[in-house]
Amino acid sequence: MLKAIVTVMLKKGIFDPQGRAVQNGLKSIGFEDIKSVRVGKQIEIDLETADKTAAEEKVHEMCDKMLANPVVESYSFTIKEI
Amino acid sequence: MNWGVLLFPGSNCAEDCFHVIDSVLGEPVRYLWHKDTDLGQLDAIILPGGFSYGDHLRPGAIAHLSPAMTAVKAFAEKGGLVIGICNGFQILTEARMLPGSLLQNKGLKFLCQDQTLKVENASTAFTSEYETGDVIICPIAHNEGNYYAKSETIAEMERNGQVLFRYCDPQGLVNDSTNPNGSINSIAGIINRQGNVVGMMPHPERSSDSVLGLSAGKGVFVSMIKHIQTLNS
Repeated sequence: MLKAIVTVMLKKGIFDPQGRAVQNGLKSIGFEDIKSVRVGKQIEIDLETADKTAAEEKVHEMCDKMLANPVVESYSFTIKEI
Repeated sequence: MNWGVLLFPGSNCAEDCFHVIDSVLGEPVRYLWHKDTDLGQLDAIILPGGFSYGDHLRPGAIAHLSPAMTAVKAFAEKGGLVIGICNGFQILTEARMLPGSLLQNKGLKFLCQDQTLKVENASTAFTSEYETGDVIICPIAHNEGNYYAKSETIAEMERNGQVLFRYCDPQGLVNDSTNPNGSINSIAGIINRQGNVVGMMPHPERSSDSVLGLSAGKGVFVSMIKHIQTLNS
């Protein structure tokens, strides 16, 4: 079996209010030296296949069709054996 | 004129829309189900507000892949009128039937309030009952209503008169201080280039029955009815 770990983030340059709120929160508990914080999503997908190349293709398709919105988000992923 | 209100699991404004079309305007209307592949004979489709699929992943991200959305796209491609309200707008952007996307409100708060809107283009099938520059009240109720699109897309939409409504104050002033959610150019509602698909975050169906004290939103539905009557006459 393979596990895909997909990270979806708002594209650079798009304001992330959640990240800003987390940044302010961290500052309020004493972490002053933070330049910026951005919050994204991690999606873990266990795949019933051992073919890594085919899995990569499938995960790309999943991201393009549903997991990420290319208008505002970018994605990356890693695939490992489990 | 035959209306359809498309139901997804988690839609919660469908009955309000149904009520306005049926009881307030006296037009034939029926519900459509997200699994339907044949929507039958229709003149207009409403994608109502709510939390389709619990808003999981992103609002509209799962709903836009429903079987019925394939039929909605085909309907729109033939020129049928489609209006997405709130979550319906989010679904239409996810489906790429409208440009851009709706991000989380800039202030991180769910906004639920009466909202003044400026009508920016009254020469469409959805706004002909208004005058350009009119200020109307339509409630908003959303967490992801912060309209975003690339600057080139925004410029093109502005050039083509595709911005139908902007957030404003009661005097019609549009600026950062009268923008509740951070939307670019205070955009509250848009239309596609072909002029038959609209998305708006405010709820015209919540200001269409005078018993509620607000009725300016009714103009959207009345405009659509008049448009279809003109086509059929």
